[in-house]
Amino acid sequence: MSKKKQVASKKLQVLQKTPSGIPGLDEITFGGLPTGRPTLICGAAGCGKTLFSLEFIIRGALNYNEPGVFIAFEEKAEELTANVASLGFDLSALQAQNKIRIDHIHIDRSEIEETGEYDLEGLFIRMNYAIDAIGAKRVVLDTIENLFSGLSNQAILRSELRRLFQWLKNKGVTAVITGERGDTTLTKQGLEEYVSDCVIVLDHRVTGEISTRRLRIVKYRGSLHGTNEYPFLIDDEGISVLPITSLVLNKPVSSAIVSTGIPALNKMLGKNGFFKGSSILVSGTAGTGKTSIAASFAYEACKNNERCLFFAFEESPQQIVRNMKSIGINFDPYIKKNTLQFYASRPTIYGLEMHLLAIHKAIRKFKPSLVIMDPISNFVSIGNFSEVRAMLVRLIDFLQQEQVTVMFTALSINIGINEQTDDGVSSLVDSWILLKDIETNGERNKGLYIIKSRGMDHSKQIREFIISSKGINIVDVYIGPGGILTGSARETHILHEKQMSHKTAKK
Amino acid sequence: MAGKTPKSVTALKNLRSYCEEHLAGQYSIEVIDLLQNPQLAEGDQILAVPTLVKKVPEPVRKIIGDLSNKEKVLVGLDIRIKQE
Repeated sequence: MSKKKQVASKKLQVLQKTPSGIPGLDEITFGGLPTGRPTLICGAAGCGKTLFSLEFIIRGALNYNEPGVFIAFEEKAEELTANVASLGFDLSALQAQNKIRIDHIHIDRSEIEETGEYDLEGLFIRMNYAIDAIGAKRVVLDTIENLFSGLSNQAILRSELRRLFQWLKNKGVTAVITGERGDTTLTKQGLEEYVSDCVIVLDHRVTGEISTRRLRIVKYRGSLHGTNEYPFLIDDEGISVLPITSLVLNKPVSSAIVSTGIPALNKMLGKNGFFKGSSILVSGTAGTGKTSIAASFAYEACKNNERCLFFAFEESPQQIVRNMKSIGINFDPYIKKNTLQFYASRPTIYGLEMHLLAIHKAIRKFKPSLVIMDPISNFVSIGNFSEVRAMLVRLIDFLQQEQVTVMFTALSINIGINEQTDDGVSSLVDSWILLKDIETNGERNKGLYIIKSRGMDHSKQIREFIISSKGINIVDVYIGPGGILTGSARETHILHEKQMSHKTAKK
Repeated sequence: MAGKTPKSVTALKNLRSYCEEHLAGQYSIEVIDLLQNPQLAEGDQILAVPTLVKKVPEPVRKIIGDLSNKEKVLVGLDIRIKQE
């Protein structure tokens, strides 16, 4: 088919979609599951199939006013109700309001004797009755493969299943069918043969003792869809799918400037600060003052009555507040005023996905205009390079969407070899400040330079900066015969210059 | 059953003849057409059609199909003990 024809047919008839209501899923399916067609959800035990399908029904009833029928082959209505109660869904109330109907189908092999020809018309009648009773638009069959353990005549079952899915289509309901994952096939009983409009695979993987749930759309007839594996989470609000990146790069941009809180650094940037909504990376070896720079940025935001959220992954908030007092930064009044909030957690307490979600939630709740993350390099302990990077891409994406300025700090170990941060986020951030030790004459001084700052004509010099009880100061450049002068060499140079000027003045 | 399909007609005919033969005068058969009373399908957990449900004596047992296998039906109804 030529491209033109494709476009034309799209305009003619676009596949109708039913939003699942599961955050993130509708984004990667570009609208939801195919309306009036069955969708197969498959995965191994414990990967969240039942919850997924139940949430589809519940959210349909709550958010889209579409009643749903849940045909449970595994769990009883009471069990399902108890299972989702922890997520804050009141299934019995929804049942009482006739928004949801749960029909438990119990198959006990020991009770059943098969003799001769039969069909599954009873199941059809039950489903039809349940659907018509509440005018259901959504139907879930969880897990229909249980039929295979209860009834032995495979030939009848298979032909009846085929008839069932066709019947569901004719009925015009959007159906979700769950299936247990098989060894070589997507489902144990090969349900994918019958349900072929949309197939979603759920997966639960443990790498390095930390588990991550993932979801992938294997197939979606007649629609575009995200083809990647997307991590998803099950927490106290149900399932949320996190697309790795938003699919398009068209975020709002601002040319407003936020001050760094260090006048000399503002000057170095050439624009009196960073762009609002940009992302800034401060990297350097241990003890170069990364947290101090981040803290003074936060302090400046606080002073300007901007809300600031400080994520601490290394030190406790109390520790940061105490330590920053020594450089003239007092966070206490702003914490009281609630313009500054700390969020401290150990990277190892849960996986990256969970962290990302927790961060998302904290940001959505507090609505800061500045976010500090100190340090991101600690995440490497719970995920590999590419995973951390993927998480940060998504985080930066989200922050840019919300127009939140973010400053990351990162510890770089191999600073001598390549100036790459451990997280490889350097290409993602808008500005990158590198802090380094300058060792000369038996001294260790701190140097700062701007590797990049998109859209700014920034200084290219290495500048010495001093952290004192008055805060951070970047001193002017003094160049001696051997290059940039730092520490006592600089001070000697200053004294010498002073003397010289004194002498000339006297003359 | 669900409507008068050949399968259900055969099943009922078979059942009547077995009952007459073995349980003359001691049985009662209730015929439910799910097309007319679909709500009854849920209570008895009916999936397959036709299904013969033996309610008494306990245990409840379901015999599905057109009941063409006499031996199986009689065992299912606890009229005859299963022979190896």
